[in-house]
Amino acid sequence: MQHVPKEQDRFKRHHLEELTGKTFAYVSIAILLVALVAITYFIASKGLSTFFKNDVNLFNFLFGTEWSPEGDMGKPSFGAFPFIFGSFAVTVLAALISAPLGIGAAIFMNEIAPAWGQKVLQPVIELLVGIPSVVYGFVGLSLVVPFMRERFEGVGFGLASGMVVLSVMILPTITSVALDSLKALPIKLKEASFALGATRWQTISKVLVPAALPGLLTGVVLGMTRAFGEALAVQMVIGNSQKLPESLFDSTSTLTSVLTLEMGNTIAGSAHSNALWSLALILLVMSFVFILLIRFLGRRGQTHER
Amino acid sequence: MKVSKRILWTAAIVLAMLTAGCAGGGTNQGTNDKQAEQTPAGGGISGSIVALGSTALQPLVNEAAKQFMVKNPQAQIQVQGGGSGTGLSQVASGGAQIGNSDIFAEEKSGIDATVLKDHKVAVVGIAAVANKDVGVDNLTKQQLIGIFTGKITNWKEVGGADQKIVLVNRPKSSGTRATFFTYGLDKNEEKEGITEDANGTVKKIISETKGAIGYLAFSYFDDTIKPLSLDGVAPSKENVLDNKFPIWAYEHMYTKGDALDLSKAFLDYMVSEEVQKNLVPQMGYIPVTEMKVERDAKGNITNKQ
Repeated sequence: MQHVPKEQDRFKRHHLEELTGKTFAYVSIAILLVALVAITYFIASKGLSTFFKNDVNLFNFLFGTEWSPEGDMGKPSFGAFPFIFGSFAVTVLAALISAPLGIGAAIFMNEIAPAWGQKVLQPVIELLVGIPSVVYGFVGLSLVVPFMRERFEGVGFGLASGMVVLSVMILPTITSVALDSLKALPIKLKEASFALGATRWQTISKVLVPAALPGLLTGVVLGMTRAFGEALAVQMVIGNSQKLPESLFDSTSTLTSVLTLEMGNTIAGSAHSNALWSLALILLVMSFVFILLIRFLGRRGQTHER
Repeated sequence: MKVSKRILWTAAIVLAMLTAGCAGGGTNQGTNDKQAEQTPAGGGISGSIVALGSTALQPLVNEAAKQFMVKNPQAQIQVQGGGSGTGLSQVASGGAQIGNSDIFAEEKSGIDATVLKDHKVAVVGIAAVANKDVGVDNLTKQQLIGIFTGKITNWKEVGGADQKIVLVNRPKSSGTRATFFTYGLDKNEEKEGITEDANGTVKKIISETKGAIGYLAFSYFDDTIKPLSLDGVAPSKENVLDNKFPIWAYEHMYTKGDALDLSKAFLDYMVSEEVQKNLVPQMGYIPVTEMKVERDAKGNITNKQ
């Protein structure tokens, strides 16, 4: 006996599919939201207890330079400024190297040599994303650090090594986002520019780059977000001295490197452990700030189009 | 109908896996506790325990657990790292049956040491280690303290080559650092230098960096670096046994209250002839049973017997 689908049947099936899909989507969103709120609450409650339970002064925590949480010499002190500074310094320095390189590569791939640029360069850059950060760290430790040690003052471990390793790590992020934003530009912009008699260089620098700027900046900020949160590779090459660096080649710490080095040996609930959670809270807040910044840039891009 | 059913099933399975994953994390500790208290039904040792903490002790416990489980196929011993702090707090909170630590529980603030029972299973010696080209084999304690506190900045000040001293430290929370800090530096806080956690990385840095000095457990010594004598006493097993060389620490395995059942059997195995005579020296530790002196949590030394 053959089943002939009736109109009603189809209607029912359609609704059931709709319902299933909706349920699945809503459940996923709910789980995501719960996870996000839970993580934020967890880190905040632990991180804030440094200030409420252990009575550490917030100002001293953010701007103090003495980090001695176990209190070897009398009173423990929780000055996290060197790490906050280290994180920002290495992130900004890496972005300074990567942004021009990444945007340049994107322009090359999209405007100058699309054919082999996209056939050869794109897979290479995508490959860079897949390499685990411990490999970057190990390459940094085996190649970058000895290079820095031989060419410059100091012992090789330091801001400069961290900057080099990180800039390679965030290059693909910046390049691919920049490439997408250049690709999204309407072709008429380019055609209008050429029609006015502009050269290719003038078109790129005066028309295409300004038009794609919000997208390019988004790529840079995304790269910086990755650099700021990166732990393993940086920890292996930056030296982790818990002090402010005296030069580019001096060793210093980042928030993440202190976290990974000290977390395992602290007692949950102790002032030291809470202080480490406060460092994690700073990282979380900073990633929120980066995301807001990307939102802001994106909105600026939309008004720009009009 | 077919397609939507499949979607429904997929959704159900995904959800089931998610909830199972969430619940699993929470209930793990509970089941472990229960299993640990089970008494063997008929002969042989059975049950399942978790031993976690110190990464310095982890290789030894891991190897011993493997041998133990071969002898007692009914027993399950899970060995994990995580650091001494994690070991102490997990055993105190009941999250693990055995907490491995490089330091006495009394030395760590935030731990109620009175509920924990100490089982010393091995000793590690730690010595200052320098780059091979510094031209120094021996330091007095004053020189060592001077170097690490930053008062001495060139090797020629202690009779070595004209080379700047580069410090390689451990994180403030590290157990190796705690030992070196107490018995090597007499609690003089060291100047900031490069800070690395892993013994392997520290060794690599010292062997490659001119003028570098740091500290390592004896088991990491080889000819790429130079272990330094202290006050003329070489860092060797023999000198640790009678405390001539003072920088050493116990490796502790803590239980909450007295060890029971499987935990007890395993801890007994750790201090048995079999492990102490073979595995312990083989893995680069010093047998605790051979020690001629004893040290308490405050650092007081007494002769054994």
